[in-house]
Amino acid sequence: MVFNAIFLSILAVIIIASAIYAVAQKDLLYAVIATGVISLILSIYFFVMQAPDVALTEAAIGIALTTIIFVITVRNTSRREDEVPVTKEPDRGDEN
Amino acid sequence: MDPVLYNKIVTFDIYGSAIGLILIGLYALLVKKHLIKMVIGLSIIDSGVNLLFIAVGFIKGGTAPIFSPKGIELVQKGVTMVDPVPQALVLTAIVIGFGVTAVALSLVIRLYRHHNTARIDNIKSLKW
Amino acid sequence: MKKAIVILLLAVVGWALVDAFTHVKFGESRLGDLKNPNTVGAFYLQKTAPELSVANVVTAIVVNYRGFDTLGEVTVLFLAAAGLGSILYRRKEKGAHDTMILKNSSQLLQTGARLIFPAILVLGAYVFIHGHLTPGGGFQGGVIIATGFLLMFMAYKDYHVSHNILTWVESLAGVLFVTVGFWGLIFGGSFLKNTMGTGVLNDLLSGGVIPIVYIAVGFKVAAELTGVLETLLNFKIKK
Repeated sequence: MVFNAIFLSILAVIIIASAIYAVAQKDLLYAVIATGVISLILSIYFFVMQAPDVALTEAAIGIALTTIIFVITVRNTSRREDEVPVTKEPDRGDEN
Repeated sequence: MDPVLYNKIVTFDIYGSAIGLILIGLYALLVKKHLIKMVIGLSIIDSGVNLLFIAVGFIKGGTAPIFSPKGIELVQKGVTMVDPVPQALVLTAIVIGFGVTAVALSLVIRLYRHHNTARIDNIKSLKW
Repeated sequence: MKKAIVILLLAVVGWALVDAFTHVKFGESRLGDLKNPNTVGAFYLQKTAPELSVANVVTAIVVNYRGFDTLGEVTVLFLAAAGLGSILYRRKEKGAHDTMILKNSSQLLQTGARLIFPAILVLGAYVFIHGHLTPGGGFQGGVIIATGFLLMFMAYKDYHVSHNILTWVESLAGVLFVTVGFWGLIFGGSFLKNTMGTGVLNDLLSGGVIPIVYIAVGFKVAAELTGVLETLLNFKIKK
């Protein structure tokens, strides 16, 4: 029982710390990895609460797919949050 | 360990992390100005709400709702099974949350391609 | 000033949530009596094994008792994939493939990806075929297969899956789902009613139409998510 209580408390501290880090960090790639860590710990919570289907779904979707589409978006836009935009003519060449 | 204290610790951990995730995600959605940060906040709110649903459906001393040979044996011994209805609901909610995040990120890419910035206080004109 | 208002609003929302959830005790059984059920959860727990011979109760709820909601969820995923493809559309010349990945990765990743890729496909297929016996199902298996394809996309710089095959697989799987529904309407009386014979509990061929529906959903989700990943990876902003 003592081990259970300590284990769940450590997981709760890790989730809240990752969430605060994901919101406060200015380098967007690190924030995206912190969001993946939140999904990982959430999947452990779902398993502890006797819900194996939900744990499988959250592990597959939250860790693999959400992280990769966030990383592709960060690669295609700016890497840091406090960017200074380069003023150039906006790209109107592909309006169909 | 004292059962009442153990109950209090586990309740505070699980409900506390779910409500904490919802509040942190809401803060990111309201205060931050970079579009990707706002989408990260939306994803964190989704995670918090799903955790809250499963936490409501949990029964102490219960087992997973699957009638495998071991499960049938446990039910005949008198062990109860956890409520299956919130789990079916959360299964759908996780997939739809992923769909919303994907479409939001594609809109962010498109907006960046047009205005060359992803912060909403740099986009000052109301039309293209 | 704005941050102070936001923190006030968050305090109000937080207080409302905490106040509401002190009345919902954690871990208390709200199912009622399991032998004479008068709540929805107890009813599903009691009726799944005798009536349907399906071992996984969550699968029985998602596919059989609330099957129409699963049809709606498959539609939402399809709309998300279609919307993503149409927002990021870019007219380009025929045959050109520009990709975000500029060179082949190291020898270790190439060999490892080629060895692991069939194993991931078999694992994904196992998960959605045995969805009614073990934890798993269509959505989980489909996502695992899409992750296998993502590994191959990241290891080799010119690995392409033809969009024709993906489109055909996805459309046929969706048509199969709706056909099963209409079959139930014609032969059973209501949409998606379970009309095939249910077998013995814990057999592979048990549960009527439930394995067929989950296999269709697994193929559809896998093809859809592979198409989404390929669209996102072949998209480059001219800098």
